[in-house]
Amino acid sequence: MQAYDNRTSKGLGIGVRRIIAYIVLIFLTFLCLFWFYVLFINATRSNANLSKGFTPLPGGNFLENWKNMREGKLPVFNGMLNSFFVASCSAILSTYFSTMTAFAIHAYNFKFKNAIFTFILMIMTIPTQVTALGFIRLVDNMGLMNTFIPLIVPSIAAPVCFFYMKQYMESTLPLAFIEAARIDGSSEFHTFNFIVLPMMKPAIAVQAIFTFVGSWNNYFTPALVLTSDDKKKTLPILIAQLRAADWLKFDMGQVYMLIAFSIFPVIVVYLLLSRFIVQGVALGGVKG
Amino acid sequence: MDKKKKNKVVSYNKWGYVFLLPFIIVYLVFQMIPLFSTIIYSFFEYYDDGLDMVGPTFKGLGNYIKLFANGDLFIYAGNTLIMWILGFIPQIIVSLLLAAWFSNPRMRLKCAGFFKTVIYLPNLIMASAFAMLFFTLFSKGGPVNSILLDLGWIDEAYAFLDHEWSARGLVAFMNFLMWFGNTTILLMAGMMGIDTALFEAAEVDGATSTQVFFRISLPLLRPILVYVLITSLIGGLQMFDVPQILTKGTGNPLMGSRLTTMTLIMNLNRHLSVSKNYGMAGTLSVLLFIITAILSFLVFKISTRKD
Repeated sequence: MQAYDNRTSKGLGIGVRRIIAYIVLIFLTFLCLFWFYVLFINATRSNANLSKGFTPLPGGNFLENWKNMREGKLPVFNGMLNSFFVASCSAILSTYFSTMTAFAIHAYNFKFKNAIFTFILMIMTIPTQVTALGFIRLVDNMGLMNTFIPLIVPSIAAPVCFFYMKQYMESTLPLAFIEAARIDGSSEFHTFNFIVLPMMKPAIAVQAIFTFVGSWNNYFTPALVLTSDDKKKTLPILIAQLRAADWLKFDMGQVYMLIAFSIFPVIVVYLLLSRFIVQGVALGGVKG
Repeated sequence: MDKKKKNKVVSYNKWGYVFLLPFIIVYLVFQMIPLFSTIIYSFFEYYDDGLDMVGPTFKGLGNYIKLFANGDLFIYAGNTLIMWILGFIPQIIVSLLLAAWFSNPRMRLKCAGFFKTVIYLPNLIMASAFAMLFFTLFSKGGPVNSILLDLGWIDEAYAFLDHEWSARGLVAFMNFLMWFGNTTILLMAGMMGIDTALFEAAEVDGATSTQVFFRISLPLLRPILVYVLITSLIGGLQMFDVPQILTKGTGNPLMGSRLTTMTLIMNLNRHLSVSKNYGMAGTLSVLLFIITAILSFLVFKISTRKD
């Protein structure tokens, strides 16, 4: 094998190229992780200590910063609960109804089926920001400003999630299964809930994670909807408020703690599920 | 008998509509109606003059003429484009390199799983919190300046966020960090799809790895590269969270000077939440809708061409 390698690789030897690859990869790893390392260190240091400059080792002020953040002006725990509630509901609704929509297109034949499918594919990459004006006016007219409904219910119509489910269904759900269920007397709705959904579990898990993270991180729309009551705001809005305030007056240890509080839960979940997520991204791409 | 069976099939197929109903209703209410009302607003003068709402008064194409006559639109579009390009060029180069390395069996890279996990991580971080983090890290008294001073690389603290190009550079750098992992994984999936017989044939013919990359991998990856380019451009047009938080929504690194990091969506957000100028917000939205619709149509064409 080694001899074969040497014979075929003219130009740079494979060994040299491997070393270059490792150097680049280690550099990129540094670029990706360094900021979070500094964040972690700084979240454990006191304001006075922070103003003296950077140290590579953690300080002993972690609990103090935590306490200050909890008792601070911004209702961060409410923010986290709100973010969690909105993101969870969005993930559940989006995956359930996208699977349902995909099932409709996959398993049945009806007029306009292809037209509807094509339409959904075409609107898939149109961003929600371009209809934000109409959306906000509509939400206002419905009396739903400062509620979570306009942040949750629209996730029922999620073209990207639908497309992923449709792709997955094509490879894993033979129509014969549905035929068999019919012969056994299962109603279509029952078939969907108790046969199709369980078979789609892997795809649902991947999309639930993506929808959850997308909603958790979303700033633009929630900032337009949740405007009056601080207790009803989600984390990204509170972060923006922190930025808008005169930050020099802040206890910087507390500021770092709040950023860490918003970022680290996602990092922990990601590290637990990373293999799953990275595979999911690859599957979601177009066929080359 | 035959007829009965056919009716049965038709009655099953009715369920297709039933299952589609939730999507269609929600889409109509929360996407279609807002789209139409946005278009309608774009033809009206309707804004908050500080005391009352002025209008709505029908102005025809008045808003559009105003939008183009006032040069600000081009400044914001230019800012958005510059910051997107500054991030996208390193992103596509690094991603191609990494994807080639990861998918080349002869490289036999160890810890590939670890590296893939790490490079995708920034994509999942809350952009607003990430931007807030960069704001504190790169502030004048922040840790980055402190480290650079300790290393002796600079003589006095540099205010990254007060200078046009360093502020733009930071936004671009964050976009790069957040997206190169995603692009790498997409390109890898594309490279895995290339028939290995082609590589073997090239090897037999004595091609170097560089030749294989430029003559075989790259041309075969073209559809996926175009896909990455256009979806990234659509994403770039939506650039908001990072520059908004970094510059406190002003889009203005140098106080009192030009708006050099104000993006299109930041401008839209100003119309929507600060100045409450619904007419101009509508006009700007329609323009962005047309651009993204054209780009989306191209994506659609690319992704369905093979079928």
